[in-house]
Amino acid sequence: MPTSVKIFRGGIEPPHHKKTAELATVKMPLPSKVIIPMLQHIGAPCTPLVKKGDRVLVGEKIGAAESFISAPIHASVSGIVADVKPILYSNGAEVMAVEITPDGQQELHESVKPLGKLERTALLEKIKESGIVGLGGAGFPTQVKLNPPPDKKLDLLVINGAECEPYITADYREMIENPEGILEGIKLVMELTGIKQAYLGIEANKPTAIQKLRELAREFPGVEVVSLKTRYPQGGEKQLIYAVTGRTVPMGALPAEVGVLVQNVNTVSFLASYLKTGLPLIKKKVTVEGGAVKTPMNVEVLIGTPLKEVFEFCGGFTTEPQKIIMGGPMMGVAQFSPENPVLKQTNALLALTAEETKATPESVCIRCGKCVAACPMELMPLQINACVTRGKLAESLQYHLYNCIECGCCSYVCPAGRNLVQSVRYAKSEIKRLGLDKK
Amino acid sequence: MQGNLLVSSSPHIHSGTSTRQIMLDVIIALVPAGIAALFFFKLAAALLILTTVVACVLGEYLTNRWMKKSSTTNDLSAVVTGVLLAFNLSPKVPLWAAFIGGLFAIIIVKQLFGGLGHNFMNPALAARAFLMASWPVPMTSWVIPGVDSVGSATPLALLKGGEAVGKLPSLFNLFLGNVGGCIGETSALALLLGAGYLLFRKVITWEIPVSFIATVGLFTWILGGKTPFTGDFLYHILAGGLMLGAFFMATDYTTSPVTFKGKIIMGCGCGLITAIIRLYGGYPEGVSYSILLMNLVVPLIDRYTIPKGFGGAKHA
Repeated sequence: MPTSVKIFRGGIEPPHHKKTAELATVKMPLPSKVIIPMLQHIGAPCTPLVKKGDRVLVGEKIGAAESFISAPIHASVSGIVADVKPILYSNGAEVMAVEITPDGQQELHESVKPLGKLERTALLEKIKESGIVGLGGAGFPTQVKLNPPPDKKLDLLVINGAECEPYITADYREMIENPEGILEGIKLVMELTGIKQAYLGIEANKPTAIQKLRELAREFPGVEVVSLKTRYPQGGEKQLIYAVTGRTVPMGALPAEVGVLVQNVNTVSFLASYLKTGLPLIKKKVTVEGGAVKTPMNVEVLIGTPLKEVFEFCGGFTTEPQKIIMGGPMMGVAQFSPENPVLKQTNALLALTAEETKATPESVCIRCGKCVAACPMELMPLQINACVTRGKLAESLQYHLYNCIECGCCSYVCPAGRNLVQSVRYAKSEIKRLGLDKK
Repeated sequence: MQGNLLVSSSPHIHSGTSTRQIMLDVIIALVPAGIAALFFFKLAAALLILTTVVACVLGEYLTNRWMKKSSTTNDLSAVVTGVLLAFNLSPKVPLWAAFIGGLFAIIIVKQLFGGLGHNFMNPALAARAFLMASWPVPMTSWVIPGVDSVGSATPLALLKGGEAVGKLPSLFNLFLGNVGGCIGETSALALLLGAGYLLFRKVITWEIPVSFIATVGLFTWILGGKTPFTGDFLYHILAGGLMLGAFFMATDYTTSPVTFKGKIIMGCGCGLITAIIRLYGGYPEGVSYSILLMNLVVPLIDRYTIPKGFGGAKHA
């Protein structure tokens, strides 16, 4: 049985908190409204195709992707467009969004029909139209990855089922509830890219999923399930590739550089279901958790549903949450308002109590080196932080600033409570803004 | 609810460790050696520890006041310095000298250079060197445990042959600590217990102590005997301040490198200098000077051991 022998250096072992693992996914009823932003991926924002007062149907394209790295946006409900206006995104930028009031009919758009037999180029074009992006959290348009430049020969497919962030069990539920879909999706991606060998990496703390998929994978030639050591950030792309294939992605390069294509389990299972139904990406499996949530569970949510309504469906709050986080506690984005909508990349919604998110007050660096030992990219966070606090941004480049994957291990372990990964983010954006890396 | 949500950059959870917790762990790890000190050197040890801790905490408090900084006595780092300084003193050292040593460690060596995390030398060892230079006689007068006021020499001094009289204590007594020396350095057993705790709690890592002790062992074995490769390396490892220095002083966060490679360089450097001083230098013991010398080159080591990063160099 293949078990990964390699393990990346560093990393941390935070408490798992995967209490929702054995709870079957519950489908949430229609929300009172959906707010669908025109940017839910890495790349260029979409152009709205509808205006106030229009009637839209489920699966109808409402945002057009006009550049290569982009992904179209679809209506998740049938109903009337209540407004098309800019909203404040959780990263602080303004993004156009379409607000739709559902009519309760959930009438399908005519474009939603099984794809049938298609040849490769036509299928890739269809996949682009499905709006699929990497569902692991980053949201990179999938069709771009499936269609690499001809000079990059891909020979290994790595499917990410690590799910190393605490609390989240959405990928795990997919592996338990829809293992056939995942394997069919893997087969589809292998056919599309001509890759002969696929590895599905799952952390060892999910034995049921490993066993289930191993049994089913016997029917799929070239697909192997690999048990991974449970260690955050095992699901980090470069860490995963190293654990599964032993290949090291060079600094600053993409996985294609070493012939590897990485896809999340939910992304490939979506591709399989899209082939059958033609229904674009309009819903997500989301883990709703955290100390403030009355009934933590996995919910199938329509994209655009306000977070508030998702939490209300889960029984509301037992205590006032101090933070609402979209994603995991290590890399998720804190939300400024419960009115913000669920996005394509949303895999978890956490309402954490003050106790759960308690931070150590920031004090001076004692040079303990714990951040250096924890860094899975083998960097020196303390030195980058020192450069930033001294205002010597350009000096931080010698510590391989851009190699940082922002996993947050350094800040997690810092006994002085220093904002290490936060200062890396600041340095990256400031250096770019000031053009310091060009000199 | 809206408006009360806290928004910050990830991560949103923390391991819960703190500087104070780490310092507390170091203090806990020093307890076995402290008990050994009380057992072998009785009241003299108790008074020395008390004096240096009071002096260090007082020094920290006063400099905070003078510099109008918020109080840092709560992080317990001054207590650690105090205990370590006492452990590095002979039971013959007068209390007033120990007190001055404590103030020197904190005010001059630590706070004047920016306080915790900024001093370039180990404060306790710098204070020991300062006391050694100022009052060499009490600093190098030793007693055999239990036989109060009977003058003696340390095992290393006897080994070196510089001292006229005395019989070498057995390895077993060296291991237990039933020999002359600084109050906290004599019992290898007690120090190893504490070191085990520090390693278990991941306060320190193995690189510096292991490379330090191994280097001392290697060089005293090669060069310490009458002919090459006949040196009594076990004696050198157990005698003197090597255990205390390797596990508790050379691993001091602020004055040691942070990378794997850097830590190995630090340990080997300390070991080499210790062996040279012990075998060829004017002093019988070289642990504290070796650490102080290596402290000075830590910024240089850090500068030349920047890791290439994952994917920055060939991986096996």
